[in-house]
Amino acid sequence: MRPSAVRLLNILVPIKRTVDYAVKIRVNPDQKGIDLNVKHSMNPFDEIAVEEAVRLREKLKDEVKSIKVVTIGPPKAAETLRTALAMGADSGIHIEVSDSAPALEPLGVAKALRAVIQREKDGVDLVILGKQAIDDDAGQTGQMLAGLLDWAQATFASKLVVDPKAKVAEVTREIDGGLEELKCRLPLVVSTDLRLNEPRYASLPNIMKAKKKPIEKLTPADLEVDLTPILESVSVAEPPKRVGGGKVENVDELIAKLQEAGFTAVKS
Amino acid sequence: MLRVRPALTASGISRRYATAAGPHALVFLEHRAGVIDSGSLSALTAAQQLGGKVTGLVLGAPEEVQSAVETAKKLKGLTAVLHSSSAQYAHAIPETVSPLLEKLLSDGTSYTHVVSAHSSSAKSILPRVAARLDLPAVSDITSVEHDNASNATTFTRPIYAGNAISTVRAPGSVRVKFFTVRSTAFKASAADDATEAEAAAVDPVEVADPPTQHVRTDLTKSDRPDLGSAGRVVSGGRALKNAETFKATLEPLADALGAAIGASRAAVDAGYADNSLQVGQTGKVVAPELYVAIGISGAIQHLAGMKDSKLIVAINKDPEAPIFQVADVGLVADLYDAVPELVQKLKQ
Repeated sequence: MRPSAVRLLNILVPIKRTVDYAVKIRVNPDQKGIDLNVKHSMNPFDEIAVEEAVRLREKLKDEVKSIKVVTIGPPKAAETLRTALAMGADSGIHIEVSDSAPALEPLGVAKALRAVIQREKDGVDLVILGKQAIDDDAGQTGQMLAGLLDWAQATFASKLVVDPKAKVAEVTREIDGGLEELKCRLPLVVSTDLRLNEPRYASLPNIMKAKKKPIEKLTPADLEVDLTPILESVSVAEPPKRVGGGKVENVDELIAKLQEAGFTAVKS
Repeated sequence: MLRVRPALTASGISRRYATAAGPHALVFLEHRAGVIDSGSLSALTAAQQLGGKVTGLVLGAPEEVQSAVETAKKLKGLTAVLHSSSAQYAHAIPETVSPLLEKLLSDGTSYTHVVSAHSSSAKSILPRVAARLDLPAVSDITSVEHDNASNATTFTRPIYAGNAISTVRAPGSVRVKFFTVRSTAFKASAADDATEAEAAAVDPVEVADPPTQHVRTDLTKSDRPDLGSAGRVVSGGRALKNAETFKATLEPLADALGAAIGASRAAVDAGYADNSLQVGQTGKVVAPELYVAIGISGAIQHLAGMKDSKLIVAINKDPEAPIFQVADVGLVADLYDAVPELVQKLKQ
């Protein structure tokens, strides 16, 4: 009996260039946005996504045919793609928008990603992306993409095991109150949670190699997608300031402060 | 005389009137063992602030839905409770739950808003449904205001780990406005004996051959108050050395205060505590009456999850720890001396 053709995995990892997580952001005086003249990096959850794709290849070897990374962003976003390529992705797609373009919305991003997936000649079997971007903290893109494609979805993944032959994946998710395990058919959208893995630092040789990896440049028009935001950004403001109170010298003083505020032990 | 009832048909189509009808929110009520989740009760409060009708939606396995509906009917502010039972709804898998929601919200629906808690379950479902209806969604809102004249809804929500507050407006052209609610920003709606909302069953929309199967759920069992809704929280950080020390040090204090236990990301990553206890930008956001941070340095991402607590107490060996910038009461001390002493003296 002839063995059936092994389906090779084509993995797509959408990534976002965001303000670096360690930057102390400042709201602009015009209250329309934050000061973006600061260090930017790959969204930490997307780093985890890239890492997971690379680890899948390390585990499944030739069964992973391609790892493509895609980003929607200004010209500088190409640097973020290069970082992903240095981590081990094969090629990149840069959907370029202008520096002054309004902030992206999850629905627009999902539509662009759907268009990217639909034009991939070899198809896409697995999309791995961060559960949320640390700038807008929206956490919707993965679910929206899965919905548009009518694919299976597994959000907040803390463990991912893929069986390309059986075309299924087992995903453990972090949920309120604990963990949940799902069995999902491919094609599948997975969004990453913190504990899925610890991303590698790209080595210098890999950074050099990455310079030669191809990046395809596209515009939203090429994908027939309109990224104009639907929601209107009215303002961006500082949160109410929390000022630290004083320090106490010892536990007795601490207890006194607690009592002042009405906190005592419960009757056991 | 004809009794005029709100039409509880599958898509909730109501008679069209010449003047713009007020909003009609559909609130996703999550439940366990007949009890409506606290986060959903906060979502209900937010939905009421839109100023119009509010219909609750209860989905689940047949054996669970009945008791949840009985509880839901008594919730103050609910106009009606829609419910649908199916074995497929037992675990609220987005792929199997979405078709019913899409049907309820299709063109011509009377619902203007879809509301839920920002829970791991609901935030996995709502955006999927919204996208399939070609609609945007707003996540984790902290306030909501609806303007009938323009049919626009304005929200505030935290961005950049809560270091900025964004005000966004969903214009009238957005046919149905989806949003998830930050529970700490809205007081949970209460039951009211005088209330008896009308309940109506809706046929499930079953999915032939769903692509996703639920295998298992492992919830951390605890007799403690639930972290997400507790009035008092005792939280531990990396300084707690290991899982045994974490428990041994914090549990007596949490017991004495009747508190839930939380953890910093560092503590969870190091294996001292379960991931469900993580407080922070990407963990749980809490705003209890009392938050006691033990051996937690106070990284931006952790502060994002607790800085709205009413009273913040911090115990840390390092006087420069960032946590002291938000703590109302700070004690620079070795936690292994201070916490046992605190427990002992609290009990006196």
